[in-house]
Amino acid sequence: MNKARRNPLNSALAHVVLITYTVIALFPVFVILINSFKTRKAIFREPLALPDAESFSMIGYQTVMKQGDFFLYFQNSMIVTVASLFFVLVFGAMAAFALSEYRFKGNTLMGLYLALGIMIPIRIGTVAILELMVSTGLVNTLWALILVYTAQGLPLAVFILSEFMRQVSDDLKNAGRIDGLSEYTILFRLVLPLVRPSMATVAVFNMIPIWNDLWFPLILAPAEETKTLTLGSQVFIGQFVTDWNAVLSALSMAILPVMILYVIFSRQLIRGITSGAVK
Amino acid sequence: MQKPRFKWHILVFLAPAVLVYTAIMIFPLFNTLRLALFSEVDQVRVFVGLENFRTLFGDPNWSEQFWNALGNNFWFFFIHMLVQNPIGIALAAILSHPRLRYAALYRSAIFVPTILSFVIIGFAWKLILSPIWGIAPDMLKAIGLKSLYAPWLGKEEYALTTLALISVWQFVGIPLMLIYAALLSIPEEVLEAGEVDGITGAAAFWKIKLPLILPSIGIISILTFVGNFNAFDLIYAAQGALAGPDFSTDILGTFMYRTFFGFQLQLGDPHMGSAIATAMFGIILIGVCIYLFGIQTRLRRYQF
Repeated sequence: MNKARRNPLNSALAHVVLITYTVIALFPVFVILINSFKTRKAIFREPLALPDAESFSMIGYQTVMKQGDFFLYFQNSMIVTVASLFFVLVFGAMAAFALSEYRFKGNTLMGLYLALGIMIPIRIGTVAILELMVSTGLVNTLWALILVYTAQGLPLAVFILSEFMRQVSDDLKNAGRIDGLSEYTILFRLVLPLVRPSMATVAVFNMIPIWNDLWFPLILAPAEETKTLTLGSQVFIGQFVTDWNAVLSALSMAILPVMILYVIFSRQLIRGITSGAVK
Repeated sequence: MQKPRFKWHILVFLAPAVLVYTAIMIFPLFNTLRLALFSEVDQVRVFVGLENFRTLFGDPNWSEQFWNALGNNFWFFFIHMLVQNPIGIALAAILSHPRLRYAALYRSAIFVPTILSFVIIGFAWKLILSPIWGIAPDMLKAIGLKSLYAPWLGKEEYALTTLALISVWQFVGIPLMLIYAALLSIPEEVLEAGEVDGITGAAAFWKIKLPLILPSIGIISILTFVGNFNAFDLIYAAQGALAGPDFSTDILGTFMYRTFFGFQLQLGDPHMGSAIATAMFGIILIGVCIYLFGIQTRLRRYQF
């Protein structure tokens, strides 16, 4: 390495730029969080001050707890996200295994067919999806959302997983076959444990868009008992526009679960993106 | 000789994925394209051919809204390409510096807005920019630029650009990560060979790294294009289905939502909604084709 690549001035400049951008990225989240713990007066008088003994107040959270059914919304979001991820991973792994392991007529064609959905957003078909859900009676059930997100996640899942499954050694699978294992056992007992890191990547990629989606909950499941957290907070905030304490608290409560998930999975997510999985 | 047995397991492995994908994604997609050719007369669905498209492009009420939404959508995309992707590339170039400390910390922090929902983002910025709360005017006052403040989200001439910049703020993490990955995959030998020839610092970025990451820049461009022409949530969360003020932030997603789902006094019209969805499908398809056949094939890929 020569001098130009470890110039201390350059390095200081790099930190200044990065710190500036980090502040820009985190500032709005910070402002929302600190103000959610303040009295109404303090919110307006000193929006950038941290809550202290005098200005501390939980009134916003109390309103949210009383008025909105946030636990139900949270539970709905959890059910939808976990179930969709489960189906994306299981169905995706099965299809990816079929495409990467066996030679059969139409293999390439099937791969292309499933890859179509990577580039074409599922939202284009919303009108017909709503009609389908109405005619099957699934509208305003969580199943409608789970099915849509499963279909939305499958193309990329099949694509990524089959790339990784091609790298699993043939000897291992053939050894299993000689020992008399069925093809199903080979997939679920031998291959899946080996591609676990890529399964985690697929899961994290799908998790955030599903959790944050507003479009499909709004159209397919707007009923009170099926609202997801994203839709629930949107509706709640819309109704309480003038109650700043409640709005800020509702926003903070919507931020919290995502941040926890992010802290747990951020290494996985960043490794997934940087491993070039979305090429 | 025994006839090869039919391999049931292949069918079993493929069936669930193909069934769900076909039933919920492909079939509704084509059904939407088909519904665009129908209309409802006296509560009966009748085939009208291209009539809906004639209304969409010919009827001044409709065509004005459509071209407005399309134009706004292009402006939205343009801001992303002009602001989001260069910032993402610049930050990635700084982050990928081999001896930078705390790189992982910066990376995680800058990615935070990307994981938050549009609802949170939309309202958070609405509050911060609001003249009632006064955070934005106070901060501008602190640096002596108070006169620049305007209620940006409430003014027709600024609202769309402001929303586009909010969206840029949210999604800068995506190009950042993809370019970062591409930069890290450039082998050290290539950079050292450049150094031997006297190419270092900024010159190394422009002459060696940038040409090598062009395929990744192509990918982020097409991802941005598809994402922008299918956007809806941020505008809906910040400005509502009417995409105010006076439709100045209306994009194709909100236009389609209003048309097919209805709002306030207008009844929903699934057939006109399908016609707009068909137009969106066409635009996205054209974009993807330009990328696949016009750009991707021309970019030279390097294998290390």
